[in-house]
Amino acid sequence: MSIFVNADTRVVVQGITGREGQFHARQCIEYGTKIVAGSTPGKGGQKMDEVPVFDSVEKAVAETEANCSLIFVPPPFAADAIMEAADAGVDLIVAITEGIPVLDMMRVKHYLNTKTPRLIGPNCPGIITPGAAKVGIMPGPIHKPGGPIGVVSRSGTLTYEVVYQLTRQGIGQTTCIGIGGDPVNGTNFIDCLEAFEKDPETKGMVMVGEIGGSAEEQAAEYIKQNVSKPVVSFIAGMTAPPGRRMGHAGAIISGGAGTAQGKVEALKACGVHVCEDLGRIGEFCAKVF
Amino acid sequence: MKIHEYQSKQLFSEYGIPIPRGGVAETPESAKAVAETLGGFPAAVKAQIHAGGRGKGGGVKIANNTEEVVRHAEDIIGMNLVTHQTGPAGQPVKRVLIEKGLNIAKELYLSLMADRESAGIMIMASEAGGMDIETVAAETPEKIIKVSVNPLTGIYPYHCRKVAFGLGLDKELIKSFSRMLTSLYRLFVDRDCSLVEINPLVITEDRELCALDAKINFDDNALYRQKEVAEMRDLDEEDSLDVEASKYNLNYINLDGTVGNMVNGAGLAMAVMDTIKLAGAEPANFLDVGGGATAEMIENGFRIILSDKKVKAILINIFGGILRCDVLAKGVVEAAKNTQIDVPLVVRMEGTNVEEGRRILAESGLDLQTAGDLRDAGQKVAALVAA
Repeated sequence: MSIFVNADTRVVVQGITGREGQFHARQCIEYGTKIVAGSTPGKGGQKMDEVPVFDSVEKAVAETEANCSLIFVPPPFAADAIMEAADAGVDLIVAITEGIPVLDMMRVKHYLNTKTPRLIGPNCPGIITPGAAKVGIMPGPIHKPGGPIGVVSRSGTLTYEVVYQLTRQGIGQTTCIGIGGDPVNGTNFIDCLEAFEKDPETKGMVMVGEIGGSAEEQAAEYIKQNVSKPVVSFIAGMTAPPGRRMGHAGAIISGGAGTAQGKVEALKACGVHVCEDLGRIGEFCAKVF
Repeated sequence: MKIHEYQSKQLFSEYGIPIPRGGVAETPESAKAVAETLGGFPAAVKAQIHAGGRGKGGGVKIANNTEEVVRHAEDIIGMNLVTHQTGPAGQPVKRVLIEKGLNIAKELYLSLMADRESAGIMIMASEAGGMDIETVAAETPEKIIKVSVNPLTGIYPYHCRKVAFGLGLDKELIKSFSRMLTSLYRLFVDRDCSLVEINPLVITEDRELCALDAKINFDDNALYRQKEVAEMRDLDEEDSLDVEASKYNLNYINLDGTVGNMVNGAGLAMAVMDTIKLAGAEPANFLDVGGGATAEMIENGFRIILSDKKVKAILINIFGGILRCDVLAKGVVEAAKNTQIDVPLVVRMEGTNVEEGRRILAESGLDLQTAGDLRDAGQKVAALVAA
């Protein structure tokens, strides 16, 4: 019915007493997500609305059986927060924070290799299984529950645009995941495509990429070998100039590599349906799926 | 963030990485003073700008005595240096680096960079020093040695040996090379670099290593903890509008087209640029006002876009979702009035209360069209600049 999160997901919010954390925790609760705890060092014993706040993620997990952490901690402390969550034994860590130094994320990535939890992000909108659980900052109402399409993207608002158009075409979503715009992140395209391929409710996938790196090219190769369901893709940045960081830390064409044109060609060569006009991706998907 | 060659070499010096004897000068008089400390000639007089290709553009000259150093300094300081990386407008030169020449036996390439694939620090080296590494990578990839270092464990002697053996260095040089590479790694990690490049790294006839050129880029996300590095930023090397935008915490990049645009979110901002192009016009900029998009950010965005005289029309695309469109619309109207906007505007917004938002825009009295969806928005703004 979904991947990575569902109606049973129990969330602890790290940084729940901050402005962003509080606002989005309330939005998640309103959507129906089980936000069971918050964690802010030094604020244990307080409450955010009805949600108990703990000094550590470990305590929150012990008291509330949280199995997922949602992180709004500012960049200088985010690496620490992710590793704390990993040690506390949650299954899934969703890091929204933008602006974490790349060396910090490289260390986190290697650290997580020795642990079991899955990391989504950082610098991402999070993950939503429409109608069941929203663990992130995306607007809930643009989504349509019940599937049959899985969405995975490196971007935030660009994903909302794609999802909105799907919903307007009457196409629902199983799960939508933002994997983040940083050069070093946790869950990648292939992890999501693999999970969507295995999920019986998901009948097709939309993969939203952008310039920089080679994640789309690797995903294209993976799709060719391992994915039987139809995949639609859109790549942002056809007009992006080389050598400039386009907002996202990872969105940069360097040394002629990582161009949108290169990615589009690689995807097409592997049988992916590439839509080149974002304005009509909804109609495009309606034809393919 | 980028810094100049002379600043990179100052950092090298702090870490004991060998550089040629020399110094930086902002006037011909101080160039003379530097030349007199070199202890011999020939010497190189090198323009200090961020862009590459300085030699071909006439920004690097060889001097055989102090008088020639002064003459070259006079020529280069104040010149407008045009290279393949500066664009046709060129870049004014404010200072030169004067360095004593070396007796070069061999030139190598060496760099360290943050590598997204391995989530490690990638050491790249090649015997084809002095050449553009991207050309080497494309034409003779087997000549490039790559070793990724796990940042949790850091660099070990075997990493260094692997690179040194790959470069065919002899036993004696392996020792000094390993010392230098370890120092470079320390510099990279201590200062949150994203790239450290030496091209060429020279082996002299006296069998010593020396960094003839030096290039360092830093991770912008880490500047908050690198105060000393942040102070090395040279704003004169950056586009003035880009600098202005960074004061407002806006992600802005100036481009060549005529359609100014303002979008919330980087991915969507790129996609909107693409949409403008598909509709037959050219984007004048990339501008991401952040996922949230407050009225204040929009006002600042207007200021930046309007100071670009190429702009003939502006497209605003805000995918709010959680944001209420009526609040957003009021913000857009207010911002447009505060900045005395004098070009037509196309607004596309999505989110809660979108109908109310459109009504507010329609009744604002501004030269403004609302678009129903993204495609409509692209076509409307393209029609405006074509007219």
